Amino acid sequence: MGEIVSLEALAGAVRDGTKIAVPTDYSGVAMAATAAIIAAGPKNIHLVCVPASGMQADMLIGAGVVGTVETSAVTLGESGGAPRFMEAVRDGAVRIMDATCPAVHSGIIAAEKGVPFLPIRGIIGSDLLAARPDWKVIDNPFAPGDRIVVVPAIEPDVALFHAPVADRFGNVLIGRRRELASMAYAARRTFVTVERIVDHSLFTGEKDAAAVLPALYVDRIAVAERGAYPYALWDEYPVDGAEIARYAKMARTKEGFAAYMETFRPGKARAA
Amino acid sequence: MNAPVLTREIMIHTIAVLLDGVRHVAVGASSPIPAAAAMLRRALNERQDRERVRISVLGSQEHNFFTNGGVELFDCAAQGRVDAFFLGGGQIDGQANINLVGSGEYPKSDVRWPGCFGSAFLYFVVPRVILFREEHSPRVFVDKVDFVSAPGTSEPGVYRPGGPHALLTGKALFSFDKTRRRFMLRSTHGGADAAEVRANTGFEYDLAPDVGPTPGPDAATLALLRGRVTDELAETYPHFAQELAAERKAA
Repeated sequence: MGEIVSLEALAGAVRDGTKIAVPTDYSGVAMAATAAIIAAGPKNIHLVCVPASGMQADMLIGAGVVGTVETSAVTLGESGGAPRFMEAVRDGAVRIMDATCPAVHSGIIAAEKGVPFLPIRGIIGSDLLAARPDWKVIDNPFAPGDRIVVVPAIEPDVALFHAPVADRFGNVLIGRRRELASMAYAARRTFVTVERIVDHSLFTGEKDAAAVLPALYVDRIAVAERGAYPYALWDEYPVDGAEIARYAKMARTKEGFAAYMETFRPGKARAA
Repeated sequence: MNAPVLTREIMIHTIAVLLDGVRHVAVGASSPIPAAAAMLRRALNERQDRERVRISVLGSQEHNFFTNGGVELFDCAAQGRVDAFFLGGGQIDGQANINLVGSGEYPKSDVRWPGCFGSAFLYFVVPRVILFREEHSPRVFVDKVDFVSAPGTSEPGVYRPGGPHALLTGKALFSFDKTRRRFMLRSTHGGADAAEVRANTGFEYDLAPDVGPTPGPDAATLALLRGRVTDELAETYPHFAQELAAERKAA
């Protein structure tokens, strides 16, 4: 557990059909690992965005490695729509499992708890119910007549995210990004890229321990400096909005996307 | 400082008025105008020595006190601790149904939008949901949405403490009557009058007896908006804060 490997070895463990869970834009997006996964070229992965994604999902879809995308949204934020995602959904090139944010969290938390489903308020009357036949409406067993949606547990094969620090024992600092812990609990295996690995244990006291994901839940760690770039990494570096805007513009066409990906080397190129 | 009041400033002020009385307002991703309005409400309450307003801006490090991960906003709303939230949509219809998924047949939409985000949940549990969409056109305000991301109202028996409170666009302010399932035009702005709003709205609605111009901020409120609020906004929405400043200069 908590084995320290190369970025390529980490990415190589994402294989054809792997169900992979990734966090949202501001929670530590493993962009360097995304480039490495695209280079390895698995097919038909099932991407679970917890609960939404941006450039990472758009790139994986544009590169043709995604078979299914399960998400509440894919967007480039201030830079507009996610072009490769929108085109692939419109053309039916990927299977879309539209969700709503708390339903994705509920599915992950159900897996975290080892239960088959969780109930969730809302949703009734939305066309999502027809789009998601795996979601059911049941009668509240404790208050008959109270109808409530239940969503099945989401058990990813792999949870993948980027964090500032791991220690050499495999413990990872996640701060207050508790969804990263939920993803790790829910997933069979968790892969983390980090800015750096330190020699001292991250468990130095109660104050720090609360912000640490223990090595028990972490399978592979690779160092990728500026590994979330162009997304932000909390307390480390801000988002590079101009770079996301540049991607948004280029990715409008397949050719522009291919040209962008030729030079996409997060963490190495374009240091701040 | 003496630039005339911008339409966007009228909108920010209008939302701040709609937020009167809230204790906790949450703002989603990519929502600079609602975020500015929430910050203005907070500043106004401080100035008037009234109840403290808490703001959670998703994606912000500074204006976000949640510590339990991405699910906390939804849990917080489910507990009844979020008084107001904002939703938009690629399409919004006269029954306040919203569509954030795409136009045309689902799933191979003619135009695909990002997705539902938290709408299919928050619209149900947040008491004061303000629908906000700057573009006011017949392609946005349709008779019936192509996909219901979240319904405006629910049948009896469906748990629904929350729902639409008002609709604000670049041209108009509407209120919503949950019983009649209809909007009512209250006032207009952005150079539009009631006839222009009528021409650009694809659904039927009622008219308030006294449809006039949407009131703008007074001088002191405008100063707060142009000073402190714009500075606070720059942390999460640097691009938008710069745009506002440039618009003021050009005006």
